[in-house]
Amino acid sequence: MESVPSNLESTTGEVTHPEWSPLSIHDMTVAYHRQPVLWDIDYDAPPGKLIAIVGPNGAGKSTLIKAALNLVPTISGSVAVFGGQYRTQRGRVGYVPQRSSVDWDFPVNALEAVTMGLYRKIGWFRPVRKHHRQLAMKALVRVGMQDFAMRQISHLSGGQQQRVFLARALAQEADLYLMDEPFAGVDAATERAIVDVLKDLQQAGKTALVVHHDLQTVAEYFDEVILLNLRLVASGPVKEVFTTENLRATYGGKLALLDQVGHRMTMRGER
Amino acid sequence: MWTELDTWTALTAALAAMACTVPGTFLVLRRQSMLGDALSHTVLPGIVAAFLAAYWLGIVGPHSEGGSTMHFVLLGGAVAAGLLTACLTEAVQRFGRVENSAALGVIYTSLFALGLLMVRLYADDVHLDADCVLFGAVETVVLDTVGDSDVPTAAVLNGVVLILNLLLLAVCFKELRLTTFDPDLATSLGLNSTFVHYLLMAITSVTLVAAFQSVGAILVITVLVAPSVASFLLTERLHVMIALALLIAGGSAFAGHGLALWSPRAIFGNLGFTTVDDSSTAGMTAIVCGMVFVLAFLFSPRRGIIVQTVRQSLLGFRILCEDCLGILYRSEEANSRPTGTEEPFVKASVPATLRGRLACWRLSLQGFVAGTNGTWALTDSGREHAEHLIRSHRLWESYMARHFSLPDDHLHEAAHRVEHFLDVPMVDQLEQELDQPGLDPHGRLIPGRSVKEVTEANHSEGESDLHP
Repeated sequence: MESVPSNLESTTGEVTHPEWSPLSIHDMTVAYHRQPVLWDIDYDAPPGKLIAIVGPNGAGKSTLIKAALNLVPTISGSVAVFGGQYRTQRGRVGYVPQRSSVDWDFPVNALEAVTMGLYRKIGWFRPVRKHHRQLAMKALVRVGMQDFAMRQISHLSGGQQQRVFLARALAQEADLYLMDEPFAGVDAATERAIVDVLKDLQQAGKTALVVHHDLQTVAEYFDEVILLNLRLVASGPVKEVFTTENLRATYGGKLALLDQVGHRMTMRGER
Repeated sequence: MWTELDTWTALTAALAAMACTVPGTFLVLRRQSMLGDALSHTVLPGIVAAFLAAYWLGIVGPHSEGGSTMHFVLLGGAVAAGLLTACLTEAVQRFGRVENSAALGVIYTSLFALGLLMVRLYADDVHLDADCVLFGAVETVVLDTVGDSDVPTAAVLNGVVLILNLLLLAVCFKELRLTTFDPDLATSLGLNSTFVHYLLMAITSVTLVAAFQSVGAILVITVLVAPSVASFLLTERLHVMIALALLIAGGSAFAGHGLALWSPRAIFGNLGFTTVDDSSTAGMTAIVCGMVFVLAFLFSPRRGIIVQTVRQSLLGFRILCEDCLGILYRSEEANSRPTGTEEPFVKASVPATLRGRLACWRLSLQGFVAGTNGTWALTDSGREHAEHLIRSHRLWESYMARHFSLPDDHLHEAAHRVEHFLDVPMVDQLEQELDQPGLDPHGRLIPGRSVKEVTEANHSEGESDLHP
C-alpha cells in the first residue's frame, strides 16, 4: 500500500504487545493480491486456554494462523508471540497444518514424519540421533499411534494421519499450539484422542488455537472462541461470546461493502 | 566387442546419469519433474550469455578454449539461468494467476528461443553453436582425456559433480526431506523453504550442464526423472528410493552402452545389413530406463499393476467363496424351516460356472463344504463361517433399517456388499448398538442366538421394534 500514512487522524500511540499473551495481534491486515482477506485484527490470546477459531469458509481462519507464523505477509499491523517477534520465539510455537496441505504418498513412515517436528531442536545440518527418535516415539504414544510408527504414511487412515501431524507438533514441546482443522474428517477415536491431548496440553499450562468447524462441539472442547469472518466479530470465553447473535453476525451474510471495497483494492473492480 | 574405451564411455554415462538422479529424485517428489525438463532448455541462454560475456571481457578465446576457466564460466551461466527460470516462473504464476506448469511452459520456451537467437546472432564472432553446448555425444567422450591418461575429462567432471551432489545430500538430507514434504512447517521452524528451492534449482542447473556437454540432452532428460519414478514405485523409504534410483541410473547406462554395441549386429546383421554395427548409447540407455520403469510399474509390490490385479481378483474370489457359503446356508435354512427338523446335509446348487466350481473346490479343500458332482453341503466348520456371514448380513440390514429411511427391498443389496468386510468385533459392536436384535428387518433369524431365545425375548419385551 503506497499511501502515505497520515498521522493527523491517528490516535494510537506505541504498540505494546503484552508479554503474558501467547499470541498478541495488533491491527493486523492480510491481503492476497492486495485484496484484504483479514481486516484489522486486534486480539490478545489469554494464556493457558483452549481457543477455537470459528467462522464460515473463506473467513480467513487459516490465514490468521499462517499470518501469526509469518507464513503469509501482513500488509499492516504486528504480531507478537509471548511478547516477542515470532522469529525469536519459534521454539515455543507448534504448528499443525491442514492435513490436505502435504503429499501423503511421500516416502516416509509415521515415526520419521513425527521426527520432523524436532528438526529445529536437533539443529540444521545435523543428523537425527537415536534419542531424537525416542522422543518422536513418545509423541506417537501420546496420540495412541505407537503401533503404526513404522508404517508408511499413505497407508494410514485420515484420522491416523491427523494424529501423526498432532504428534509432530507435540514433539516440538511448544508452549503455544496453532492447529488448522485437526478435527476435519477424522474418525470418532481420533477425535477423542485429539481432545484428550488438548486437555493434557491445557493441564500443562499450554495454549492452543484451533481452527474448528463443528459448532456443536465448541462449548464442549474449548474455553474461548474467536468468531471470524474477514474481521474479528467477537472473541472471549465461550459462555459469553458463543451466542446466537454473534453466530448470526459471523455466518449470516458477509458485510457487502467490505467485499466490494476489497475487490476494488485488487484494481480489478475499478472501471 | 567391449574394449577399455567402452568401459570409459559407459562409466562416463553412468556418472552423469547418477549425478542427475540426485536432484531428479527431489524434483519428482516435489511434483516438479517438468521443471527439470524446463531447466534443461533454459540453461542454453545462460551458458551462451556467460560465454559471450567472458569472451568480450577477454577471459576466454573465441574457440571455446580456456580449459577449466571455460567450465566455470559455463557453470556460472547455467546456475544464473536456473535461478532466473525459477524466479520468472514464480513471478508469472503469481502475477499472471496461472498454474505452475503454464507459467513454466511460457518461460522455458521463451528463454530457449532467446538462447537460440543469441547463438545465431553471435555465431560469427565466436565458435559456438547449439551442438557444442547442448548435444554432447557420449560416444565421443573418450577423445578428450585428462593429460596422457585414458580417463575422459567428462568422466572426471561428472564424477566431481556426482560426489558434490552426494556430499550435499549427506549434509542436507534432513532439510531436503522436510522442505519437500512440508515447506510450511519448514519455514515456521526457521528453515527457509524458498531458499532451499532455489538451492535445488542451482544444483540441478549445474548438474544438467555438466552432463549435457558430455553425454547429451536425450540421456540427461531421461535419467533426470525416469530412475526416480521407477524407484518411487518400488520403495517407501526416501534413502532407499535415492539409492535405488542411483543404481537404476548407473545400471541403465552400462546396459544401454552394451545394448548399443550388441543390438545392431544382432538385429540388422541377421537381416543382412552388415554395415550397421553401432547405435546410440544415449538412446539405448533411455530405452533401458524406460523398460525398468515399465517393470516397476507392473511389478511394484504396493502400487504395481500386477499386484493390484492379483489382489483384486483374489478379493473377488474370496467374495465368491463366501457367497457360496451363504447360498448353502440359506438353502439349509429354507429346507429346515417348514418341517422344523434338523437336517445336517442339505444339497444345494451353487453357481455352475468354472469360477463357481473352483470356489467350491477351494471351500472343500478348506473343509468348509463336502460333496461331489456339483452338489455340495456345509460341514460344521463351514456352517460356523456361513453363520458369521449371515449374521453380518442381517445385522447390517437391521443397522441400515434403523439409520436410513429406506424401503425394506433396498437393504439386501447393500448388506450383500458389506457382509464380506465385517469382522467379529465389528459384528459384535453392531449387535450391541442395535440392542441385540433377534430378527432382521425381513423377520429372519439372525444367527448367533437360538430361535427359542429370540421368541422368549420378544414375548417378554412385548412387540419387537424391528419393523418400523
